[in-house]
Amino acid sequence: MKRMAAALAAAMLCASGVVAVPVPAPNQAVIDGTAMPAKLSEFALFQPESAQPLEMLAPYTLNTPLFSDYADKHRLLWVPAGKKASVAADGTIEFPVGTVIVKSFGWPDFNGGHPVETRLLIHRADGWLALPYIWDADGKDATLAVAGRRVPVSFKSPDGQAHSIRYGVPNKNQCKECHSKSGVIEPIGPKARNFILPTNFASRYFADPAALKPVMPRWDDPKSGTVAERARAYLDVNCAHCHNPAGSASNSGLFLRWTDDPAGVNYGIGKRPTAAGRGSGGMDFAIAPGDPDHSFLIYRMESLDPGIAMPEVGRSTVHKEGAALLRQWIAEMPKASHD
Amino acid sequence: MRFYDVPRAACLSLAVAMLAAAPATAKTISVSATTPDANEKLQEALILAEPGDVVQLGAGTWKLTDGLSLDVANVTLRGAGAGLDGSILDFSGQQGAGEGLLVTSDDVFLTDFAVLNTKGDGIKSKGADRIVYHQVRVEWTAGPKETNGAYGIYPVESTDVLIDSVFVRGASDAGIYVGQSKNIIVRDSTAIENVAGIEIENSYDADVHDNIATKNTGGILVFDLPSLPMQGGHNVRVFDNDVRDNSTPNFAPKGNIVASVPAGTGVLVMANRNVEIFDNLFDQNGTSNISIVGYRYAYTDAKYQPLPRAIVVRDNQHGRAGFAPAFPGGAEMAKAMGGSIPPILWDGTGDAVVNEDVGVMSLNLPDLKMPQSAAKPSRVDLKGTAPAALPGVTLPAAMEAKVQ
Repeated sequence: MKRMAAALAAAMLCASGVVAVPVPAPNQAVIDGTAMPAKLSEFALFQPESAQPLEMLAPYTLNTPLFSDYADKHRLLWVPAGKKASVAADGTIEFPVGTVIVKSFGWPDFNGGHPVETRLLIHRADGWLALPYIWDADGKDATLAVAGRRVPVSFKSPDGQAHSIRYGVPNKNQCKECHSKSGVIEPIGPKARNFILPTNFASRYFADPAALKPVMPRWDDPKSGTVAERARAYLDVNCAHCHNPAGSASNSGLFLRWTDDPAGVNYGIGKRPTAAGRGSGGMDFAIAPGDPDHSFLIYRMESLDPGIAMPEVGRSTVHKEGAALLRQWIAEMPKASHD
Repeated sequence: MRFYDVPRAACLSLAVAMLAAAPATAKTISVSATTPDANEKLQEALILAEPGDVVQLGAGTWKLTDGLSLDVANVTLRGAGAGLDGSILDFSGQQGAGEGLLVTSDDVFLTDFAVLNTKGDGIKSKGADRIVYHQVRVEWTAGPKETNGAYGIYPVESTDVLIDSVFVRGASDAGIYVGQSKNIIVRDSTAIENVAGIEIENSYDADVHDNIATKNTGGILVFDLPSLPMQGGHNVRVFDNDVRDNSTPNFAPKGNIVASVPAGTGVLVMANRNVEIFDNLFDQNGTSNISIVGYRYAYTDAKYQPLPRAIVVRDNQHGRAGFAPAFPGGAEMAKAMGGSIPPILWDGTGDAVVNEDVGVMSLNLPDLKMPQSAAKPSRVDLKGTAPAALPGVTLPAAMEAKVQ
């Protein structure tokens, strides 16, 4: 009903005498409201009874994406009419209230490529809200799952290996574990250095579209950067949302942002375990230069044991290709002289 | 004005005012262990709870596959008890999350439940000010194993922490670990068969008292480590504890700092200042009742202070100690000294005052770069004038009221 009313209102706004076909738009009242709707369709971000997004939403990509169990991720951005996002001096993007960031997760060879879940990051007047929705069996709508859920999925990774996992849809708190800066939720994917928006949307959504300079390398494209540069891009995107001084892993003292000193002990080089427990794997250092087999950063990336594995959330599969890149990076470092 | 500077009567009236200010809708959300999808239902309750609410755990064993988390302020998580008939959160089949329960909000009260066999840490609270852990049990039920999780009870980056009447067993790092926090009390608790029973690390203002630390590798540790956001640990009082028979062989995964703790350690102070150890009962700690040492690893952090300073030891009761020193060269030293080394062990760095009639052995390694093999052990007298006594820790009255 609400959607019909919105469409009607839109139609009435059109010049009289012209037959206007209302363009379906997201339900801004729901976006801006205080409710946590039980159904994804209430936001009207997708075509009715489908996972096909409205054309008004901007599809965006990232040079280097977060690994999520080899899921294909479809990312969308909605900035309400009349408002603009802007790029801050440090490259973070400031989105206006009313913005919705949408990310759908699926596998091309699972359930006909239909998404399993769609996560929303909604910028409301009192801050960002993260909501996970799991798609219903009929694929027509998705249902809020604030407590998350494990969903059995099967797929093949790029090397042809078959995986059957209990994929973890994160709960609302787990969303915040990653999307947290000093305890407040914020987006983590869209940063000017890593964010690619089609030009027509860039000029429509941004006050300063020229500031969107995706200079960060593609982790898997050797033409885009050296091994070290691509490894640092990978660490920034996959680890630094927690591993920064205001993130969930602040107490570890391991800081892996693109802007951190990659030679410093706080980047892991020669850094002893702090609260790693079994995560140390009996090794002395997070990164032992020249020796990936004795670098527990690698050990944790290659583990699936919850007491060892990193990241702690959002991974039920080892990202072999990512680990291989970091192995190569560490192997190519000059060995420390005291070894 | 800090809360604990307020006179007690004022505190009480303030506490009453706070109670009155709690939302009128404060409610109890009860969750049953036998409900289908108990894991999801419990997590949902922890998410949908509002400030002032109680999430009540039913009695019985909860088979949980995923870690739980709480991010709502001023919520109580209460079970039907921490014993066999109580509310037992069993994580033997855990598939995800780095801990059993993660708390990231302020003013949370955890009481009367047990957390068993988590793959990583037991209960972690991060940036959770004024948290109270009370009558909680965290246990790895197969006893000491390297595959057990690291920390049992693990508050970090928090101000005002109360750990009261908890029981922790089997942690492969520290049973009760308080890190990078301020204003801490750990009392009336039992830590058994952990690598470190109780550990206060990179923290300021802590009272550790009336605890039992037994059959750990090391009973009570007060540490400071480099390259962490908060360091310079100081003002820690360890008193009225029963620290005996900490004899479990070290089972920490190598690389972790506690993997270097010799079995048979009672209290170990490393690189901290203004630590007072008094009125404790020590017995049957084979390496030493009290060790005072510097941080002897390489580090690059220019701000780090690696020496123990202003350490005060007084008025403890010392039973048998030093009969099986489990550090390199220890056995030879014991033999040379007539079968055992003195109950107090000092590496010779920094400064300490020992004002009690008990033997002290220095390794005479005043330079941190000297290898342990260069030790020249000798008995020393560290009697002297102690710095002014620490004032002790007071917590906000509203926290104390929760456990009365």
